[in-house]
Formats: sequence, structure tokens, C-alpha cells
Amino acid sequence: MEQKNNTLLIYTLLYFAFLYIPVLFLPIFSFNDANYMSFPLSGFTTEHYEEMWAKTNLHKALWASIKVGVVASVVSTTIALFAAKAFARYKFRGQNISYGAIMIPFLIPEIILAVAILVIWLSLGFKLGLVPVTLGHILFCTPFAMLILIARIEGFDFSLEEASRDLGENAWGTFYRVSLPLYLPGIIASLLLSFIISFDEFVLAFFLTGSDATLPMYMWAQMRFIQKLPHVLALGAVIIVFTTFIVLLAFWLRNLGQGKEKAEFGIKIHE
Amino acid sequence: MLQVWKSFYARSDPAKAYSLLSPALILVTLAMLIPLGLMLSFSFFTQVSFTEIDYSFTVQRYIDFFQKNLLVSLLIKSVKISFIVTFVTLLTAYPVCYYIAFYVKKNKMLWLVLLTLPFWTSYLLRVFSWKIILGTKGVINSSLINAGLLSEPLTFLMYSETAVIITLTHAWAAFALLPLYVSLDKIDFSLIEAARDLGLSRLETFWKITLPLSLPGIIGAILIIFIPTVGDYVTPALLGGTDGRMLSNMIQAYFGKVNNLPLGAASATIMLITVAIVTIIVSYTTKKLTQRIS
Repeated sequence: MEQKNNTLLIYTLLYFAFLYIPVLFLPIFSFNDANYMSFPLSGFTTEHYEEMWAKTNLHKALWASIKVGVVASVVSTTIALFAAKAFARYKFRGQNISYGAIMIPFLIPEIILAVAILVIWLSLGFKLGLVPVTLGHILFCTPFAMLILIARIEGFDFSLEEASRDLGENAWGTFYRVSLPLYLPGIIASLLLSFIISFDEFVLAFFLTGSDATLPMYMWAQMRFIQKLPHVLALGAVIIVFTTFIVLLAFWLRNLGQGKEKAEFGIKIHE
Repeated sequence: MLQVWKSFYARSDPAKAYSLLSPALILVTLAMLIPLGLMLSFSFFTQVSFTEIDYSFTVQRYIDFFQKNLLVSLLIKSVKISFIVTFVTLLTAYPVCYYIAFYVKKNKMLWLVLLTLPFWTSYLLRVFSWKIILGTKGVINSSLINAGLLSEPLTFLMYSETAVIITLTHAWAAFALLPLYVSLDKIDFSLIEAARDLGLSRLETFWKITLPLSLPGIIGAILIIFIPTVGDYVTPALLGGTDGRMLSNMIQAYFGKVNNLPLGAASATIMLITVAIVTIIVSYTTKKLTQRIS
């Protein structure tokens, strides 16, 4: 381990500033008493927040985003849980190809996924709306969820499950009583992060929503009008606070019962 | 019969693995592979009128693509912007990861969480915040004018290739930070100490030991930044203006107001092929490089 390096430390802190400061401008200007986002700040106001809350279209978009996010996170976490178990537990032929195939949606440009789903949806004669958006989000969230869950399941003592089966518990009982409690922090972390990914996702929604806007679509539409920007700033600030909270919660959960605590966690279940 | 199947299943790991994988594989097949196949076939059709498509096979859309200077130049520009973004992101993120891997002693996880936290806030909002900073009446211009350093706003900041590059570098930082950190953290520090004891300077040690050993992280970062940024839509649309426009913006137009689905599908296919070629070149070069080192 190196001793000290102040140049690198200062550089690292500047890099932190580069990452954080741009995002902080949204909350700062959301309380500014002016329509333009420029310095100096003219005065403190909460009126942009009141204005934001008064928009009924926003309520509709928020509700749409919540519906899509809940379905996408539950479905993708369920699918990813099975897949993660397969990769963490078994060695089999075609392992790398299967893994690659499931990871592709996370790797290729999103616009290509969006276009591909759009083409098949229109060819089948279906109407655009929240259903194809949800489908796209499930596809997009599954690789993320799988990565989180593999990290959780890897190193899991599978003899616990075997012991449970040998003692006469059936597959469902073993899952419910043994595996699920151990995987649970990972599952919740995966649900939360998948929800956030879906909640913030724009490109798939942009191509597939038709007339039912999600929250990012709503913001996109408002961003074009200067006079509507202040309430988008207020909305953005709320979203930033909300997502930061959820993500920190997910990170905390993901690390819960890992490492040293893992053994204790296992013992508690046997008591 | 059922008994035979059950006992085979109980002993066969691949059978169990594939039944666990089946939901994910079905999802990928139905929601991605088949749609991509259909997209590919659309690229061989012809848009006759606004609502009508001629389904006979033709490669004319690909000829159209390469005959339209605009599309070819947008493809080149997309690749160029992605390369610059990838390079700048790597170069700026590397020292940060180096610092955390080798100098930070306590709470490394906390540093990493804090580094990746901004990445989790909405992509759209992060791009939008750069509009606030770079805009004609934005943070930089208004501050400089107020300080009396400028009389007219700097217009090149906004709606330009530069704006797109800065914004993308900020937006994709986490994708460089994580793989770089993981590969640097794996390096056994005693190797570095041994090199120093044997008389190598700090710089030589870095070139001969640290950099080659962190190569997997560098390659990982190159791929996961380059591939998605080639197809980025939001940043060029919000900040690019005409100068910073990329291929995705045209693809969107073909599926939107221009309404030429086959040409849009051909453009998307060409983008996918470009991404595949870059992936193959990068992976192949890595293989050669790692062989030479070991």
C-alpha cells in the first residue's frame, strides 16, 4: 500500500466535483425565483414546486411510470433470480453463450432494442403504449438484476439446500425456508435498482409509449418550452432525491449479511 | 416413464441449469432476437407510401445509406465522438481508480458507492443539467458575463460536438470507474514493491507492471462505454444542435416524422454491425497484447 499522494488526492476530489456539481444545479435552480437558469440567483421561492404539483398530466405520467416500474422490476428480478441460480450453482455446456445472450440487452445501444421492439409490435398490429414499454424494460433490467443476484448467490453454501431436501422438505419448501431468506437482501436490492432503472429509462419509452407518457417522457416534452422549465427543475430535484435514497437503500441491503456477517446470518436461520 | 425422467433430471446438472435459465432465454429470444431478426428483414423492404411497405427483397436501402453523404458522415461522426468520449473517460477516471485502489486504506466501498451514485440519477436529468451549465444564458456564460470577463455569451459551448463530448464523458463515467477499479484492486501490491526494489522508477513500474496488469479493466471499460455511446440519442438531441447530431437522431427520424422504416432499419443494422466490428477488433487486440505480456 502506498503512503500518501496529495496530487492524486486533489485530482480525485476534483473528479468528485465534476461528477456531483452538474447534478446539484437542478435542486439549486429549482428554488431560484426566476425563469432563467443563470447567476446570480435572484431569490428563494418554493413556487416552482407548487406549480409542479398542480399539473395533472404529471400525476398521470408519474402513475404510468410507477406501474411500468413495479411490473418490470418484479418480472425481471424473478427471471434473473432463476438465471443467477443456474450460473452460480451449475457448470454446463453453453454456459458462456447463455450468459452472453442474457447480457446483450445491457450492452447494445438502447435505440436498437427500441427500434427492434417497435418493428415487431407494429407488424403484429398491436397498439403502442405502456405494454411494449414494460416489455422493453423487463428485457433491459434483467441483466442488471442478474449481475446483482449472482454476486449475492455466489459463494452461497448450497449444502444447506441439499440438507433441507434430505430432511424431507420439498423444492418449494426448501426455497421458501432456506434459499429465500438468504437471498432476500439481494432480491430486494435487485427490485429497487431495477425499479429505478425503469423509472428513469427514456429511449425505450420514447419509441414505444404512443400517447401514454411516462415521467421521463413528460419531462422531455416540457423541456422544449423555456417558460415550463422551472417546474421541470423542481420535478428533477424531487426525482434526484428520491432515486438517491432508493439507491443508497439498495446498496446497504446488498452488502447486508455479506462477508463476516454471512455465517451469523446462516446460523440465525437454523435457530 | 415419469420416474425415469425424474431420476435423470435429479442427476443431470445441465437439465437443471437450463430449466432455471429457460425464462431468461425465452425472454431474450422473444423480446430481442426475433425482433432483431424482423428489424433485419425490414431493412430489405421498400417504403412505397406513408403507410405502405413493399415486402419484396432488395438491398437498395443499404445502397441508399452509403449514397447519402449525410448518413455516412453521421455514422463516422458517431464513431468518432464515441472514441473521443471513451478515451477521455478512461484517461480521467484511471487516476481516480488508482488512488482508491492503492492509497485509500479504509472504507473503499464507500468511495466507490459515492463515485457511482450520480450515475443512478436519471440520465435525462444529467444531460439536462449540462444544458443548464453550457446554455447561452447558462451557468458558465452568465457567471463570466457577470464577472465582466465576457460581453457576449460563448455560443460554441452549446449545440456543438464539444457539448456532446463533455456531457457523454460525465454521463458514462461510472462505466469506466467500476471495471478500472476492479482490475487495479486485484493487483498484488508486492509486485509493484518488488519492481521498485529492483531499481525501476515509479514511471517504469507503472508502464511495465501496473498498466499491463490493469489491461482487462481498460478493455472492459472501452467496450461498455463505446458500444452504448455510438447509439446515444438523448445527448445529441438535447445538446448537439446540427453540429453534434449523431446517427441515432436520423434513425429516430426515419421511424418518426420521415417515416421510412426500411431505411431506419438498415441504419440501425449498420450501427449494430459497426459495434460488432469494434468489439471484435478490441477483443482480438487484447488477446494479442495479453499473450505478448505473459
